[in-house]
Amino acid sequence: MNGIDNVTFGVTMVVVGMGGTLLTLWVLTILIDVIKKIFPVAKSSIK
Amino acid sequence: MTESVLSGAIMSSLSTLSEGVRMFATAAGWQSAVMMAIAGLLLYLGVKRQVEPLLLVPIGFACFIANIPLNDLMEGNGVLRTFYTMGIVNELFPLLIFVGIGSMIDFSPLIANPKTILFGAAGQLGIFSTVAIALALGFDQRQAVCIGAIGACDGPTVIYVANKFAPELLGTLSVAAYSYMALVPVLQPPIMRALTTKKEREVQMPSGDAKINPTILVLFPLLVTLLIGLIAPKGLPLMAMIMLGNFMKVTGVVNRLTKASENEIANICTLLLGLAIGGTMQGEQFLRLQTLLIFALGLLAITVDTAGGIFLGKIWYWLSGGKVNPLLGAAGISAYPMAARLVHSEGQKYNKNNYLLMRAAAANTGGQIGSIVAASIMLAILHGLHII
Repeated sequence: MNGIDNVTFGVTMVVVGMGGTLLTLWVLTILIDVIKKIFPVAKSSIK
Repeated sequence: MTESVLSGAIMSSLSTLSEGVRMFATAAGWQSAVMMAIAGLLLYLGVKRQVEPLLLVPIGFACFIANIPLNDLMEGNGVLRTFYTMGIVNELFPLLIFVGIGSMIDFSPLIANPKTILFGAAGQLGIFSTVAIALALGFDQRQAVCIGAIGACDGPTVIYVANKFAPELLGTLSVAAYSYMALVPVLQPPIMRALTTKKEREVQMPSGDAKINPTILVLFPLLVTLLIGLIAPKGLPLMAMIMLGNFMKVTGVVNRLTKASENEIANICTLLLGLAIGGTMQGEQFLRLQTLLIFALGLLAITVDTAGGIFLGKIWYWLSGGKVNPLLGAAGISAYPMAARLVHSEGQKYNKNNYLLMRAAAANTGGQIGSIVAASIMLAILHGLHII
């Protein structure tokens, strides 16, 4: 076990964990938008 | 053979036969009795109330037999120990179940409305806040991470994380996770009503249904796997397996494997997983104050998850000038598709013309991805801090 104290560990978890999750999913929204632009819906399939 | 030797042998044999019964009268016996009562409760919930029966029936039954005095089911080559070793210790069962889950998920609502994935991030707030509270209550760092994972609302994720860092809590954490997943329809609606106004709940949104280029559906699982693999490789097995199942489904070229993943493989793994978890529920480890604390923290985690999603929904409502229904945030948890259905039905209670289902499904699949991302990032943090 390492020597990091619980307060440091808890704050790191909340800040990096929550922040990292938000950031990762935000990057994913951007990537989805990008591939939607690269592969648009074929006009024939739009009613 | 003398008469005394014969009577000694008979008495000794009878004594052995009655040893189990006599064990009930000892201090360890009451623990067995309490655990059998808990097993009875799990079986009652599974059989009579149909609460997650696929999990609670094998868990309850294995808990029942594992607490019969003098059994050796969890010893050496005991049958429950064998299931535990072959599928839990190496994380095989939760990962195979993830392939099945992936093959059942439809990510097209999410791809049509990509920003709703952010609800899936806000819906993980409970995980991280619960880790902090568990630390404050005296749990060690590894245990706190595993308890926070209950907030993922995702049984296989909890089992995967618990087995890695707190195997001594595996039974408690698994039962807590699956119990709260089953209780989502009871837990979420009051929170939705408490945190939103009637005006907010009535907000009507377009259905969110949109055409998607089929190539995107095929690329999506690869893209997500690559992203998580690069950011948090420790969580790659979780994301890769769920995306493998989805990839097989959307390509449509391996229908036999897809069907096997969502039926036979998932069913066999669910049975063996349930039995192995039930086997770990033995009195001396389960009947502790920390079990009650873990259940309380699990409830807190799911409550904060729901609240986190709704608060993001309220911010979105405010930023959009009242065009986004904040109820959608409650679907940002991983309980799929239950949370999406709840949001839809809650929205319809206040506005009969409101069809939130597609958008809620998008948020819900975002929650599924979000919970795995959150778990992966927790693993990455533990690795970065040299705790694992």
